[in-house]
Amino acid sequence: MDFFRQHILTIVAFWPVAGMLVLLFFNKENKTLIRLWANAVLIVGFLISLPLWFWFDRANSDQMQFVENVRWIQTLGANYHVGIDGISLLLVLLTTLLGPLAVLSSWEAIDTRVKEYYVFMLMLQAGMLGVFISLDFFLFYVFWEVMLVPMYFLIGVWGGPRKLYAAIKFFLYTLVGSVLLLLGILALYFIYPQIAAQQPEIAAQFGTGPTFDVLAFHAIAPQLTADFQFWIFLAFLIGFAIKVPMFPFHTWLPDAHVEAPTAGSVILAGVLLKMGTYGFLRFSLPILPDATKYFVPLMVALSIIGIVYGALVAMMQPDMKKLVAYSSVSHMGFVMLGMFALNPNGLNGSIIQQINHGISTGALFLIVGMIYERRHTREISQFGGISNVMPVFAIVFLIMTMSSIGLPLLNGFIGEFTIMMGALQEQLWWAVAGGAGIVLGAAYMLWLYQRTMLGKVENPANQKLLDMNFREIVTIVPLIVMAFWIGLYPAPFFEVLEKPVNKIVAKVRPDFFQGAPRLNAETGAPR
Amino acid sequence: MAQFFQMQDIGAIVPELELAVFGMFLLVFDLMVQTKRRLGYVALGGIAISAYFLIRLWGVEFTAYGGALILDPFSTFFKFIFLIAAAMSIAISLKYLDIERENHGEYYALILFATMGMMFMAGAVDLITLYIGLETMAIATYVLVGFLRSNQRSNEASMKYFLLGAFSSAILLYGMSLLYGISGSTRFDDIAAALSSRPVTDPISLMAMITLSAGMFFKIAAVPFHQWTPDAYEGAPSSITAFMSVAVKAASFAMMVRIFMIAIYPLRPQWVAILGAVSVLTMTTGNIAAITQSNVKRMLAYSSISHAGYILIGFIAGNETGLTAVALYLLIYTFTNIGTWALIVALRRKDVIGEHIDDLAGLYFKHPTAAVLMLIFLLSLAGIPPTAGFIGKYYLFAAAIETNHNVLAVIAVLNAAISLYFYFRIVVSMFMRDATEKTGLTFAPGLTMALGVAVIFTMWIGIYPDPFIALARQAVPLGF
Repeated sequence: MDFFRQHILTIVAFWPVAGMLVLLFFNKENKTLIRLWANAVLIVGFLISLPLWFWFDRANSDQMQFVENVRWIQTLGANYHVGIDGISLLLVLLTTLLGPLAVLSSWEAIDTRVKEYYVFMLMLQAGMLGVFISLDFFLFYVFWEVMLVPMYFLIGVWGGPRKLYAAIKFFLYTLVGSVLLLLGILALYFIYPQIAAQQPEIAAQFGTGPTFDVLAFHAIAPQLTADFQFWIFLAFLIGFAIKVPMFPFHTWLPDAHVEAPTAGSVILAGVLLKMGTYGFLRFSLPILPDATKYFVPLMVALSIIGIVYGALVAMMQPDMKKLVAYSSVSHMGFVMLGMFALNPNGLNGSIIQQINHGISTGALFLIVGMIYERRHTREISQFGGISNVMPVFAIVFLIMTMSSIGLPLLNGFIGEFTIMMGALQEQLWWAVAGGAGIVLGAAYMLWLYQRTMLGKVENPANQKLLDMNFREIVTIVPLIVMAFWIGLYPAPFFEVLEKPVNKIVAKVRPDFFQGAPRLNAETGAPR
Repeated sequence: MAQFFQMQDIGAIVPELELAVFGMFLLVFDLMVQTKRRLGYVALGGIAISAYFLIRLWGVEFTAYGGALILDPFSTFFKFIFLIAAAMSIAISLKYLDIERENHGEYYALILFATMGMMFMAGAVDLITLYIGLETMAIATYVLVGFLRSNQRSNEASMKYFLLGAFSSAILLYGMSLLYGISGSTRFDDIAAALSSRPVTDPISLMAMITLSAGMFFKIAAVPFHQWTPDAYEGAPSSITAFMSVAVKAASFAMMVRIFMIAIYPLRPQWVAILGAVSVLTMTTGNIAAITQSNVKRMLAYSSISHAGYILIGFIAGNETGLTAVALYLLIYTFTNIGTWALIVALRRKDVIGEHIDDLAGLYFKHPTAAVLMLIFLLSLAGIPPTAGFIGKYYLFAAAIETNHNVLAVIAVLNAAISLYFYFRIVVSMFMRDATEKTGLTFAPGLTMALGVAVIFTMWIGIYPDPFIALARQAVPLGF
């Protein structure tokens, strides 16, 4: 047990890899066994990640916990350094929760090349978990890139008609962003020894040689010149903003989502996009505080454009999946808006909204996937009155629609409300613009629900649709439970977030807790 | 000056001598043996013995032949690269030459002679030694490129390669003669001393530098002197292309390190500007031209051009990180690229030329392991972790950032992203298209061994590169 407790993060992250290695020896014809195995691996993966929630020391939630730090590439100063604080705790658990659900949803949908499919799913899961636990920038980068390959194959092999285009577009976009990120990492790597040479306390803690340690970079943040921060922030911005995706880097997302198989979309929306926002939270904000403030106007503007633009485009989509995909752009705009309000409310809401988006949008993709499996079309005009033939499905869809548009008692409300509070604390018009997004969000989601679910069944093909089966209900129930939990009693989540968020705010705006003025909307802060 | 020849000088060239003896022995043996494949095993044995002597020389520093040749970790490191490349090229040739019906003893002997020439290039600190090594390598390679006597493309490739190679050697020689004129010596350190005593803008020094650089750009296939590469790489027997793209390139880079970092180092401000432009042009042209190729051999030829562009970054950085990056990158590139070419060689079967991207269609369904290996090699060429190629690229980019060549670094990383596009055209063909009748591979024990070695090192260097980085660092002394 001690061993488990000391190495829990490694075990959680590499467990899917172990499962994948075993899976390689299965006979590829034995599809049921392969499916059972992959599901079992990820369910166990979720169970072994649960102790993180219970063992997590909430009194020190801003400290890295379950830390392991082993030398890896000594010649470069790269270590196997993992650990989580409150923010990464939630994202890790979101990943381990969505992983098995995504895999379970593909039980019937994926019938060709089954073994490879699950191999890639397991690889992907490990890569994503690795990203959230890495405290070494080199290690982070390796995980960050490693998961591109399985995602590429998931879209490219099991995707829709334009899968090859969507897959390579996804890969190239992300790769362009991540190689620039690498250059930013390298610049920090080389500046560290120069700063450590002048700062004995930092040198005593992290050594004088070059390092990739994220905590060391956090420590040198105040010493970085504004000009240096500006360039690094720009490199990080492109890397992370493509992943989020922020307007105008979002164009890969609708293609990837529409072409990807259901499980791919769930993972993509639920977890992959959070890697971008997590990158901002973990690296850009605490390491580059001056540049962060300088970029606030741009970031907020892009977020608001993303919110409104995503919502407007979503409204006009004839394809359900595309609609949900564009709604992701809008929701991620909210996440970014809250983050760059740079106050505790905004950041808390931003992180909660990341979790919410993983739950609601993940569920919506599952729902679209279920209807697609029955009708093999996602055209909204093909549907109508489905609630008459699929009542359970209609209820589930309704709950998730409400969750997505932020109805009180459900999770979306908590996230959006907190973000709006954060935005309002800084600038009134930020909140107004965000509010417009909420209204539009309600419009397109309710309109979608009305067109597909309500009214009479007009299309004869919809007459005999089967309602959700047991497997599908099992897939969606955990998400409904989570939606209600966060909606009714979000305190446990805010509890683990409070300290790490305050720490970030204190780093970016050291004067905030002394009752500092609001952010300057035009200039943010002097560069 | 020290006495020109001393008995212990022979000790410095034992590995080379051993290869020469084996090469000549092979020529004689060729007359007596009917199964030519056995000669390949003999050649492999020769390389193994040479490697054994080389290991014993690791760490030794010794200047032999009155300063004409130097034995240092740098030369030893590169000699290892040549031997590895030669051994793997021979291993993948054994069956291939039978299929091409051109299995002759000279083939193996020529590879050994070429390798010997490279080893002299890596150790040369004198223009004459360097040039003789270079020509030994080059002439053997011209013959090898045209080794498929009845094949028109092979002959054409050989002719082009020979004409342009001879031409570039002449230009190189012209630069060398100017250097001799300036310094009155053929030794690199004398040349450097003479150059540094002249004004920076001295036209004769510049003339010497420019001609010398042009000659070397030909050898490493840098833009704008790259046009011979696609034709030569496409026409040559695939196993020889593998050898050329790795060993010949590594030898040319080893020569470049010595010349640029010692002989014409005083002119560094001038040549850095030239190399910067050439590097950007080379990687960009190579990558963009590769996108439209549908012949895999041609595509990989352009890809190897772009890799030369990346490696030049190491020279531009010019510090310890940069030169370590050059050495490390070439080592990594050896394993990865020979692995890739081994699979191209395997595509060649009786009646199937196996060079078109369509010939790889659905390879995954017929040979899953081979397709996955190819995927690993291609990811490594594109520089995606956790493969060795990432470590190589990482090191080059790190060198650029460390020396504040930020724009160059940005161009280089964007190029790395572009390159993924055409590498993944091969992946798409292998994994996402249905197999055709033409799809298939020929395997032979030698080829399988080479593939295994290539993939083990590609993954090993990718996941735990420590020992290899340490070796490369040792190979690049701070003295440069």
